[in-house]
Amino acid sequence: MDYTLLVPEIFVASLACLLLILGLIAPKGEKRGLVLFAIVGIIASIVVVAAHFNMFDGFLGRMYLVDSYASYFKVLFLVSVLLVCLTTTSYFKPLAGEGSEAYAIMLFATLGMMILVSAGELITLYVGMELMTISFYILTANLAGEDARSSEAGLKYLILGAVSSAVMLYGFTLLYGVTGTTLIHQIALHSDSSPAFWLGVVFALSGFGFKVAMVPFHMWAPEIYEGAPPPVTIFLAVASKAAGFAVFVRVFLTAFPYHADHWVPIIAFLAAITMILGNLAAIPQQNIKRMLAYSSIAQAGYLLVGLVAANQLGVKGILFYTMIYVFANVGAFAVTIVFNNVSESDDIADYSGLAQRSPLLAATLLICMLSMAGIPPLAGFAGKFYLFSAVIDQGFLWLAIIGLVMSMISVYYYLSVARVMYLGQVTDYSAIKVNGSMKLLLYGCMILSIILGVYPDALAQIANTAAKFMF
Amino acid sequence: MTQFAIDNSWLIPFMPALAFIMIVFFLRKAPQASALFSIACIFTSFVLALGVVGGILANPTTTEHSVTWFSMPGVSLEMGTLIDPISGMMVFVVTLIALLVQIYSIGYMENDPGYSTYFAYQSLFAMSMLGLVVSNNFLQMFVFWELVGLCSYLLIGFWFYKHSAREAAKKAFITNRVGDFGFLLGILFLQILFGTLNFTDLADIIPTYTNIGLLTVVALLVFAGPIGKSGQFPLHVWLPDAMEGPTPVSALIHAATMVVAGVYLIARAFFLFVAVPNALMVIAYVGGFTAFFAATIAITQNDIKRILAYSTLSQLGYMVMALGVGGLTASMFHLMTHAFFKALLFLGAGSVIHALHNKQDIWEMGGLAPKMPVTTKTFVIAALALAGIFPLAGFWSKDEILLAALSNGYTGLYLIGTFVAFLTAFYMFRLVFVAFYGEPNPENHPHESPKVMTVPLIVLACLSVVGGLVGMPWLKTNFGSYIYFGEAHHGYSLSIMLTSTLVALAGIYLAYLMYYKKTISAEAIAHRFQPIYKLLYNKYYIDEIYQWFINRVVDGAGRVAYWVDLYVVDGVVNGLANGTKWGGYLVRYLQTGQTQHYGMVLIAAVVVIVILLGLIDPSMGIFAGGGAK
Repeated sequence: MDYTLLVPEIFVASLACLLLILGLIAPKGEKRGLVLFAIVGIIASIVVVAAHFNMFDGFLGRMYLVDSYASYFKVLFLVSVLLVCLTTTSYFKPLAGEGSEAYAIMLFATLGMMILVSAGELITLYVGMELMTISFYILTANLAGEDARSSEAGLKYLILGAVSSAVMLYGFTLLYGVTGTTLIHQIALHSDSSPAFWLGVVFALSGFGFKVAMVPFHMWAPEIYEGAPPPVTIFLAVASKAAGFAVFVRVFLTAFPYHADHWVPIIAFLAAITMILGNLAAIPQQNIKRMLAYSSIAQAGYLLVGLVAANQLGVKGILFYTMIYVFANVGAFAVTIVFNNVSESDDIADYSGLAQRSPLLAATLLICMLSMAGIPPLAGFAGKFYLFSAVIDQGFLWLAIIGLVMSMISVYYYLSVARVMYLGQVTDYSAIKVNGSMKLLLYGCMILSIILGVYPDALAQIANTAAKFMF
Repeated sequence: MTQFAIDNSWLIPFMPALAFIMIVFFLRKAPQASALFSIACIFTSFVLALGVVGGILANPTTTEHSVTWFSMPGVSLEMGTLIDPISGMMVFVVTLIALLVQIYSIGYMENDPGYSTYFAYQSLFAMSMLGLVVSNNFLQMFVFWELVGLCSYLLIGFWFYKHSAREAAKKAFITNRVGDFGFLLGILFLQILFGTLNFTDLADIIPTYTNIGLLTVVALLVFAGPIGKSGQFPLHVWLPDAMEGPTPVSALIHAATMVVAGVYLIARAFFLFVAVPNALMVIAYVGGFTAFFAATIAITQNDIKRILAYSTLSQLGYMVMALGVGGLTASMFHLMTHAFFKALLFLGAGSVIHALHNKQDIWEMGGLAPKMPVTTKTFVIAALALAGIFPLAGFWSKDEILLAALSNGYTGLYLIGTFVAFLTAFYMFRLVFVAFYGEPNPENHPHESPKVMTVPLIVLACLSVVGGLVGMPWLKTNFGSYIYFGEAHHGYSLSIMLTSTLVALAGIYLAYLMYYKKTISAEAIAHRFQPIYKLLYNKYYIDEIYQWFINRVVDGAGRVAYWVDLYVVDGVVNGLANGTKWGGYLVRYLQTGQTQHYGMVLIAAVVVIVILLGLIDPSMGIFAGGGAK
């Protein structure tokens, strides 16, 4: 056991505590510097995790695993939280209010995700997941004093999250009862096909499905996404979903691999309805955040396709896609933040003539949305290509066809926004100013969405290395 | 230095790419800075290209570097560079001509409102062309091939406010698409048959492949690319119209570099064509026919740039023919010398057009020789080189081609080639005598062009004089010792040299008699052979035939397809779209906003899934596609 491998977790925990304390000490009006502090700390953590990418160790009898798979996701979470911190600079006051606790809580959520993805055992997993989720309840309701929608969203998320959490925990106890162990890799060895075991599997499925917003466990997502403070929405849509997938894949492929022929068809079916429902529901939306929320449900459907493949190629596809999904979604949501700050509107109709008012915002939104739609040569195309080709290899041609048809439908609602932005009547000619850190973020998301599409192989190789650990 | 250049050959296309990005994003508002930066970048590439050539002269080996671009089980695509004597020669020629043309453009494009854009396009073109040249596989080559086509479109249509320029740009693009389609099909076939697109790998595999019939089809499909890009019959129609672009562009793209991309492709993939003799024969005859066909049209044209354009077509035909008869060395040698003197001819023509304020009809020129001494002298040198007069560049390379044709048993093509040499000398000196030594036109007030334009002319003139000497057959190590396929050949035939020189001199003398001395009346001949003259003057009516075909056949088919689209496809699509939209509205009503409702759905879903799991026996495979394990 090499405890230096736990440095990233310890580091993030300390950073979060330190931010809490600093928030109390720092004089009023000087709290802006805290975000810089957080950013530097996060970058340092990314470097540390990346340096340990090829290491493997299991702690306390494989209760806690540090492998490439976990490290890949840890980098993803840290990159997401970094990007979210960058967006807060144009959305600082409402989020952080009088204190800096929002940054600290975001880091606690990140810590939860890091524990979640490294957990080799169900109790650790649950603790990590709750740390993440409870942090999100607080973050979602962060605007409670000013915006009723925020408190409503926080409350709804709390209630539904608790229900789902309870069901999942019930599933874990059933699994423990049947197999006599909470260690994930041991469950595989002791499992049978008793009804209690299957109940446990389905209950766990519902818990993970809730986190990734899989239909029919997705109902919370559109409203929470709309009501939460925008940076929190980004964090929720990107990092929380990726964490959900990370643990979903790890548990189903390490704990239930011998029953794959039973759960794979179920997940295939759920993936299909997730893709169909997410895309269809996005079409009539007038509000861009709701539209993006449904689109992110649809994206969960594409990712599930990789789990249906249940092989290394599929996992590689999931890893690749979650990473590019981060950049595409952060880019798109960040545009809505800037736009909302200026016009206080999220209506797609108000985006009319955005290309004239700010070419950067319009271009970023367009590129990110086209990437999500999977238009070559953008990153989304490469991601979908890996996912669908993996599942076709396993004989699920019908699922890939549904995915392709639904991707085509998604082009419709993405391009409706583009039409409004580029061809719509310009009513307001005032240019929209974008501050430096936001510009950095927008350019970064746009350029990465292009580069990872034109040259996907570097990331794909890394994803492939990480995916090996699931088999 | 030389090793550095060879190992980092990716820098050669990268430098102009950098210039393009810098100009587009930062320098667009500063025309002078754009031009300087662009020239600085291409100059760096030129220096690197010199390093590559130096390295190859010292040690003629093949250096390949590549990285994986996209991989999945079964298919692995790569990006990389391949430096060998052929690509070394090409990067040298392309960077040299591009550099000279960009310097010349400082003067020629002066005061043009699109000055910065022009240099951005020039850099983009240089990047694409150099990327194409150093490619180590077919796919990457195709990507740059298309980029080159795009640049050609942008530069032909550079003065897009002119109707004819827009039309010409479209014509070039669409005509090229026809050839590119075949090329892409060929590439797909290669990938399917051999599982790789790498030139070096394919060169090893293809000779062992036995299905010659299929391979012939593949080779001919690949050859469709050069037919379009290098303006071979019957896809040659775009090149003369491409003269609508600024003249330096014509010099760079439509004479010296882009149009030879097709020739280069054949040379690069020569292993493929050599494996199928029938395809090689087709190439030889297509090239020979184009050489003859274009030269006959050139005789009757009056626009200075169009004469040069048809001459380019004819010379490209020569190069393709040389490849077809197996003379890779001769073809590449002619490619290089032709680049020198044809770029010079175009830049000289540009100098004239610049001086006469956009007059292009040679009959409206006349008497330029005393007023524009540098332009005239360099132009005449280039014309002599093109005509193949000893000891200028064209003499050596043309004789190599004729020798290759004769010694490989293509006597017919040899005779055509010799006749084309006569025609070439004739139409070039018709142009020279009429435009430079004819009756001065009182409307014109020509003046010599500025230094920035004449210096590139002088440089190219020097190269047109001495450029051929590297291929002198008497040298122990000459051009052919580096660039060859199979084994290097050294040979010459004094009788071929004598014949072709005499034929060329006869052509010049005839032009002298008809257009300078006027002892033979050109009008009388034109009148006497009226039908032939009209046929040639109207370029064999090829454009008209295509127009008729498009109006009748393509438009007719289009109308049928339009009807189907309007009533059948649209009906289905609109039906689907409306259905989808209504589906969307329906789905929206599931979202009630009631938390208890959501909780209920969550629990109900769990129950339904449990029931599903219980009901479905996976062995029946209702949901599984059959392959689930």
